[in-house]
Amino acid sequence: MSAALQIDQRLGKGWSKPHFIKNPIIRWGFLLAIIVYLYLAVNSIEVNWARISEGLSRGWEFIKAFSNPDFTSRGGDIWDGMVESIVITITSTVVGIMISIPIGLGAARNIAPLPVYLICRGIVSLSRALNEIIVAILMVAIFGFGPLAGFITLSFATIGFLSKLLAENIEDMDKVQAEAIKATGSSWLQWINYGVQPQVMPRLIGLSIYRLDINFRESAVLGLVGAGGIGATLNTAFDRYEFDTAAAILLIIIVIVMALEYLSGIIRARVQ
Amino acid sequence: MLQLKKLTKTYKTGDQALKAVDLEIPAGQVLALIGPSGAGKSTLIRCINRLVEPTSGSVLLKGENITKLGSKGLRRARRTMGMIFQEYALVERLTVMENVLSGRLGYVGFWRSFLRKYPQSDIDEAFRLLDRVGLLEMADKRADELSGGQRQRVGIARALIQNPALLLVDEPTASLDPKTSRQIMRLICELCEERRLAAVINIHDVALAQMFVQRIIGLKLGELQFDGTPQDLTEDVLTRIYGEEDWLATIKKVEDDEAEELDS
Amino acid sequence: MPINQNNGVKSWRLHTQKQSLLRWFGYLGAVAIFMYCWNKISEVTTWFFVWDAPRIASDIGSRAFPPRWSYMDKLWGPIWDTFNMATIGTILALMMAVPIAFLAARNTTPSAFFIRPVVLFIIVATRSINSLIWALLLVAIIGPGVLAGLIAIAIRSIGFCAKLLYEAIEEIDLKQVEAVTATGASRWQVMAYAIVPQILPAFAGISVFRWDINIRESTVLGLVGAGGIGLQLQSSLNTLAWPQVALILLVILFAVVIGEWVSAKVRGAII
Repeated sequence: MSAALQIDQRLGKGWSKPHFIKNPIIRWGFLLAIIVYLYLAVNSIEVNWARISEGLSRGWEFIKAFSNPDFTSRGGDIWDGMVESIVITITSTVVGIMISIPIGLGAARNIAPLPVYLICRGIVSLSRALNEIIVAILMVAIFGFGPLAGFITLSFATIGFLSKLLAENIEDMDKVQAEAIKATGSSWLQWINYGVQPQVMPRLIGLSIYRLDINFRESAVLGLVGAGGIGATLNTAFDRYEFDTAAAILLIIIVIVMALEYLSGIIRARVQ
Repeated sequence: MLQLKKLTKTYKTGDQALKAVDLEIPAGQVLALIGPSGAGKSTLIRCINRLVEPTSGSVLLKGENITKLGSKGLRRARRTMGMIFQEYALVERLTVMENVLSGRLGYVGFWRSFLRKYPQSDIDEAFRLLDRVGLLEMADKRADELSGGQRQRVGIARALIQNPALLLVDEPTASLDPKTSRQIMRLICELCEERRLAAVINIHDVALAQMFVQRIIGLKLGELQFDGTPQDLTEDVLTRIYGEEDWLATIKKVEDDEAEELDS
Repeated sequence: MPINQNNGVKSWRLHTQKQSLLRWFGYLGAVAIFMYCWNKISEVTTWFFVWDAPRIASDIGSRAFPPRWSYMDKLWGPIWDTFNMATIGTILALMMAVPIAFLAARNTTPSAFFIRPVVLFIIVATRSINSLIWALLLVAIIGPGVLAGLIAIAIRSIGFCAKLLYEAIEEIDLKQVEAVTATGASRWQVMAYAIVPQILPAFAGISVFRWDINIRESTVLGLVGAGGIGLQLQSSLNTLAWPQVALILLVILFAVVIGEWVSAKVRGAII
């Protein structure tokens, strides 16, 4: 086909952007399916307008409570709950990191033998698939109420998070550096120490601090199912409609999270 | 047609990129702007269509002072100045056709452009331009699937569909290989001649500039150092603009190239 | 380079003496803090129960299996609710996250001194508070049910999506924006032609990623009364109906795996 012919064919005809899904039947069918789904889904939500309008004033009270939070009247409870949350956060992060390092090494295909790899990947998948709250419920059932259940839950969750990312990081590392160390005749441990560790350390530190942040946020809800921390105090405050106390707790959580995020930003910038 | 009067730009850091530049360009003249990096070439071009806001001085396009325009007026003025960029600056995730049509954005309203409902005349013109730059079959390809030279052709089509009176060209060949660079420069100059466009081409390759344009401006540290024909651009002048270096090879190469061009 | 001169013998060490000492105290402090924290936990733990844990665990395990499959009939409704909470919650969150992200990104915010800090606070506040706490709050305000869960999911996701999105906006290629501006395009046209196409892949990735997370989170919102399958979990736990609990956990696990699979597929198709 000559170019001259082509341009004549094109002139005077409309142009529209090529569609993302080329087949028009699939495209319109897809759109229709979405609309039908949204219609059904929205209709299946039961809305009790009377209850909501009654609740709106309470919602407004809660918003007002933020401008006037009450730190003092349940100060003792808040303090104890916060300390417990922080304690759970610190212990579970430390223990979680210590366990995730060997598991992370085992879950990296390029340094672990296949049986070890499969076992470690299995642990990682299990830990990632189970929601923290569900694990916490089971731990409370097994170990009884209290921060120990929370500590075990978060340690377990930390393993799934950190091992997976550590393993991926090791799999992505620069092979040449590691090979150079191997070529010196180092033992396996020396090889990990000199060839692998320097490459993954900055990221491991960054991830650990990020996980500290996540663990703190999670520790705030563990109390809802009896696994210790500030959550129990918060739950009580909501049950009694003590919004000013609840607002105080939420503000403390927000401030601590912001501080942790700021801190992690500084530390990550320094190690990299 | 285009007049720059005491055009000055001082950046917030205190760097004086342009020091009271005076320049006049008649209609239909293609002009090359040369000079070392940091001489203010990019800033000069961007001050003309106010992508960079000049600190003082004025830019007159057909007698209208662009530096005094409000945002509506500026949009209208920008329509008449097509710009071609270093590294193409196509919107990579849009198709070639959308990239070309985006040159009409100054003419159509928001919803029309959002729904891609351009007037038929714009669509025809886009196809004609794509045909002219040899990319008609690529119309529905995504811009990031194209090679460097092809992308720059799309960039040229985008500038021309604005139906401009002036082209502002910023290092059009900086990321292209030597052969493609020449093809692109030739295409730009041909198109300027066909459409009687004036152009300011900012280029660091002196040989390429000498080969294609009628007038060369040398800029150094924000000041005009040279204004003349390619033939006037002697060793001394280059030394004045760029500093001490053996320039004979550069100038020689151009003469050889021209001979070569004539042979072929 | 710390090279010590000791009786004329040069010896190389990685750190100077002062550095070593500082490190040593650092480690000591860290261990002390950890031990203190551990003591705190240990104090309030009834160790008798803990030593008894293996027996209790095996006891629960033996009661839980086999799961009560017939209970599945009652789970289809809650599964539908859970799915809706996650999906519609994500959609609502995205609708709010997009304008917030544009207000928060340094290169698109209308005012860096006034509006940006406000939206950044919204982002941090919604992100720092777990969806379960939002659900708790909303159940107290608008009453138990799916709606409370849906809004909780939406609020929690706003900050998450907006943060990732505004980071994507800050990383866009400015040359493309410049080029579209130079054609004489208006502010909104620049948005539609130069900025939106660049962040669309990030937007799609973020939505699917958050939807996956929301599927997980919506399964437990029922624990605080916000509808979905968590409600059944709560009532089964309360009545110590372990075979039902086992079935529900299996369903949740299955939902999570499906969610992850779908999101991986979609992300693969987009990029």
